[in-house]
Amino acid sequence: MTAVEEVPLSPAGNPIGFGSMKRVEDARFVRGQGNYVDDVNLPGMLHSAILRSPHAHARIVSIDKSAAEALPGVVLVITGEMLAGVPRPSLLGDNFAWMPTLSYDTQAVLATDKVRFQGQEVAFVIAESKYIARDALELIDVEYDVLDAVMDAKKAMDPDAPVIRDDKGQTDNSITDVHGNQSWESGNAEATAAAIAAAEADPNCVVVTEQILYPRVHPAPMETCGSVAELNPVTGQLTLYTTSQAPHAHRTVYAMVAGLPEQKIRVISPDIGGGFGNKVGVYPGYVLSIVGSLLTGKPVKWMEDRSENLMSTSFARDYHMKATIAATKEGKILAVDVDVLADHGAFNGVAQPTNYPAGFFHIFSGSYDYPNAHCKVTPVYTNKAPGGVAYACSFRITEAAYVIERVVDCLAAELQMDPAELRLKNLIASDKFPYMSPTGWEYDSGEYEKTMRLAMEIAGYDELRREQAEKRAKGEYMGIGISFFTEGVGAGPRKTMDILGLGMADGIELRVHPTGKAVLRLSVQSQGQAHETTFAQIVSHELGIPPEDIDVVHGDTDQTPFGLGTYGSRSTPVSGAAASVVARKVRERAKIVAAAALECSPDDLEWELGRWYVKGDKERGKTIQEIALLSHSALELPEGIEGHLDATAVYNPPNLTYPYGCYICVVDVDVLTGQVKVRRFIAVDDCGVRINPMIVEGQVHGGLADGIGMALMELIAFDEDGNCLGGSFMDYLLPTAMECPDYELGETVTPSPHHPIGAKGVGESATVGSPAAVVNAVIDAISPFGVRHADMPLTPANVWRAVQGRPMRTDMAVE
Amino acid sequence: MQTPAPVGYAKATSVSDALALLKKHGEDSRIVAGGHSLIPMMRLRIAAPEALIDINDVAELKGISIEGNEIVIGAMVRHAEVLSSPILAEHYAIFREAEKLIADPIVRNRGTIGGSMCQADPSEDLSAVGAALKGSVVIQSASGSRTVALRDFHEGPYMTKVAQTEILTQVRFPIRPGAGSAYEKVERRVGDWPVASAGTYVVVSNGVVADCGIGLTAVGAEHFCAPEAEAFLIGKEPTEENLSAAAQLAADACNPFSDQRGPADYKKHLAHELTLRALRRSAAASQGA
Repeated sequence: MTAVEEVPLSPAGNPIGFGSMKRVEDARFVRGQGNYVDDVNLPGMLHSAILRSPHAHARIVSIDKSAAEALPGVVLVITGEMLAGVPRPSLLGDNFAWMPTLSYDTQAVLATDKVRFQGQEVAFVIAESKYIARDALELIDVEYDVLDAVMDAKKAMDPDAPVIRDDKGQTDNSITDVHGNQSWESGNAEATAAAIAAAEADPNCVVVTEQILYPRVHPAPMETCGSVAELNPVTGQLTLYTTSQAPHAHRTVYAMVAGLPEQKIRVISPDIGGGFGNKVGVYPGYVLSIVGSLLTGKPVKWMEDRSENLMSTSFARDYHMKATIAATKEGKILAVDVDVLADHGAFNGVAQPTNYPAGFFHIFSGSYDYPNAHCKVTPVYTNKAPGGVAYACSFRITEAAYVIERVVDCLAAELQMDPAELRLKNLIASDKFPYMSPTGWEYDSGEYEKTMRLAMEIAGYDELRREQAEKRAKGEYMGIGISFFTEGVGAGPRKTMDILGLGMADGIELRVHPTGKAVLRLSVQSQGQAHETTFAQIVSHELGIPPEDIDVVHGDTDQTPFGLGTYGSRSTPVSGAAASVVARKVRERAKIVAAAALECSPDDLEWELGRWYVKGDKERGKTIQEIALLSHSALELPEGIEGHLDATAVYNPPNLTYPYGCYICVVDVDVLTGQVKVRRFIAVDDCGVRINPMIVEGQVHGGLADGIGMALMELIAFDEDGNCLGGSFMDYLLPTAMECPDYELGETVTPSPHHPIGAKGVGESATVGSPAAVVNAVIDAISPFGVRHADMPLTPANVWRAVQGRPMRTDMAVE
Repeated sequence: MQTPAPVGYAKATSVSDALALLKKHGEDSRIVAGGHSLIPMMRLRIAAPEALIDINDVAELKGISIEGNEIVIGAMVRHAEVLSSPILAEHYAIFREAEKLIADPIVRNRGTIGGSMCQADPSEDLSAVGAALKGSVVIQSASGSRTVALRDFHEGPYMTKVAQTEILTQVRFPIRPGAGSAYEKVERRVGDWPVASAGTYVVVSNGVVADCGIGLTAVGAEHFCAPEAEAFLIGKEPTEENLSAAAQLAADACNPFSDQRGPADYKKHLAHELTLRALRRSAAASQGA
């Protein structure tokens, strides 16, 4: 199945270049030798706990912390009022009570005036042990004046809705971005509206509209968020061990937030136990550990528990989408319009490029070739936790892929056309690439029909349809769901993509030691993606050095060059390209050294894996290892050549890469109980060239489990009183192996034309593509009951209700 | 990590030792068996006992045996033992069927039948099994022991007849030759508490239902049972129509509430559907099908 070229094996049995090899980091993980933030223990270190708001919306009348301060072992109790008195000499504010978000909003570090969501940070206790810190929380007496809360995003803009952000002088719950806009549009509004109106008037056309919710979910990484801050009172040096997907970006943000000189900040992200976007943002807890160290003169550890992670850190999705699709009766799509109400929570803390306030949602036109598309996204504040872009979503592409794949199925139902046939009629043809989408994306490469036909072949699609018809005749309900998704991953270019003004390009450094062993220094941070393996393989591919001879250093800002971090599947598209580029620089340096040693012109040399040799005389050559030693030797080098093979590079991607895939899900539904069994899941991914196919497959497996989870069970809902109904793993359900079938994977390889090794990102593909496949399968199964749509999660209750013709509203408490 | 409040700890070596320790540590002490409900509650600080009396080493609370016409299960018998017990499998399929659906292997390796009964969660699966089979429990105090029918054991959610100074020592079930039994559960995900569950046994004799029991959990069935439905079935042929009518009586007697597992109307529907399915299979098993 795996289309990787045969490559020679190293002495350790690893491929020299691309191919499956075991993850080198697993040796320490499976032995319990990983080093996570909570494993960091510094001499004299203090512990901490955060007192959180029990209310979604309340005015703080008073805080009495005297009893907590009197508890033996408590060192300091910090409140928002105290933070407001700690001067912060920075450009972004003058004290520590508020901090900037990644979307140019402000967020309370500790609440001073009001609490605005359940779980918001109210006080910070520093103590000699985490147990004492936690005990002290119960001794803090906060008097609240409880206010009405805005829990239903659809009511956020009601004239009588309580105003959440009165701290900013707001009079309603609208959100204004850094450009002054209160809603974000893309595509051609007029042409799209005209096309839809024309279709409505044309008896040969149909128009279908559906309300589609992508409810609030949570990344729920196995390791929760935390930090250990050590601010040396003598040198002013801050060392911050932290759960960050983007250590360099965090360093710069702390320089801005804390007003510390950036050269005195060292951010270390040791092993990270899952991120999925949850560890992109800067949380109050991180800032509090820094302030705590500043005020106590000692290292301070903050580590949240599971409920704190679920209730207060960055959620994902929460998009209420109204989608309208127009098509001819033959099934040719004419136009799609999507209107979105985006629930951003109490602070606009979305992590996304500045020029893309709705992320890359406007890639929603999908994998189909039609001229007219338009979307409008209107964000609102609600009394819910802030965040917004997290959970393997490629900057909102998950929502985009879901809405188009769902509404295409609605169209198929309306046309009574097979959803596979409808898709095949509209997929972008291979000869249209690079393809300019109606909302302005330049898809780099693709052979969509080939991928779809492969998925259908693996699934045995026609046979499945026959089986379905037979079963229906017997009163058994199976469903077949298809999703064809296209992602755009690997942000920048930096000209158009930045976060807080930091352009999305990645630095990299490669050192080749005299014995031919190498060290690659990366800006991106692995949270489980196996960068230490994959990046060594990229260098191995370019230089012929065995992967086991290449160490990869990452996660320490003092040890690595600047870069924007790992999210939006950007590590391989951006830093992977950087690794290739820097290795090629080394190869060119090696060529000059080899030419000097071989006493010929560099122009006379040719490269084969791991070796420069003289054209026409293959015996006469030097291996990269020999050249490495020569570069440090007495060998006389041409004028202007410095010696050594080390090199650095900064990679500024010319465009995103556009991975895509076709997923087919087969479910069996018990319509009397509403239970769904995912029987089969076929996933054909095209992520361009695969560096380590085994790791790619592992990423796809994880993403498919994510997708099944979101489609069937994962949910953070709220009741009208503002209570978070997904605040523990008893309430926030993650799928287990029991809910996941034995995945059937396939691949096509369409290299990215602009990436040095033709690779595209794949980390989020399966999460982006799979929810629609599962939902489409369930709806397909129960379509004989007249069901065209029901919102995620499709719990047994929701499926049964849909069969009854009364699907549930899932973002609010079940009634 | 979630951290509990300070707590005392004492290890009991026998039932009498445990009773003495309960007395010594007073009102805010709690027995800990498998700890898979109590410890998480302590970590979430929903529970904050002053002392834990650990009965994990009390040998007399272990083991599954037959005494006369009854199966006797020690309070410290783990879910995993209930699941794999040949004695229970021989007499009642319902144990294995229910246990397979209770939590996950990690919990089942620690959690105990006595702990499940005493926790008295309104969604507890074994409470439905116990009510269906009309079992009883033996409760020991310093002054002696008493036997309480499981259908009389619960005083409300999380409340039982076991007093602070007492320990549940055994759970007992009558053996019914020819009985077929079954358990049906709908859960949102493996390991979750039930949205609704129903367990039944049926003894079919001479073509009619001679004896039966119906237990339900998570649906607000009083004492986890459905006596009207049982009474309806006795003496009737186990036809689909009769079984469905009985299941409807069982559902009618339930009073579920809406929560994130599902709305009340759905749970009521499940009470019928799952009771019907369990009755069907129980009756079929009793008839040797």
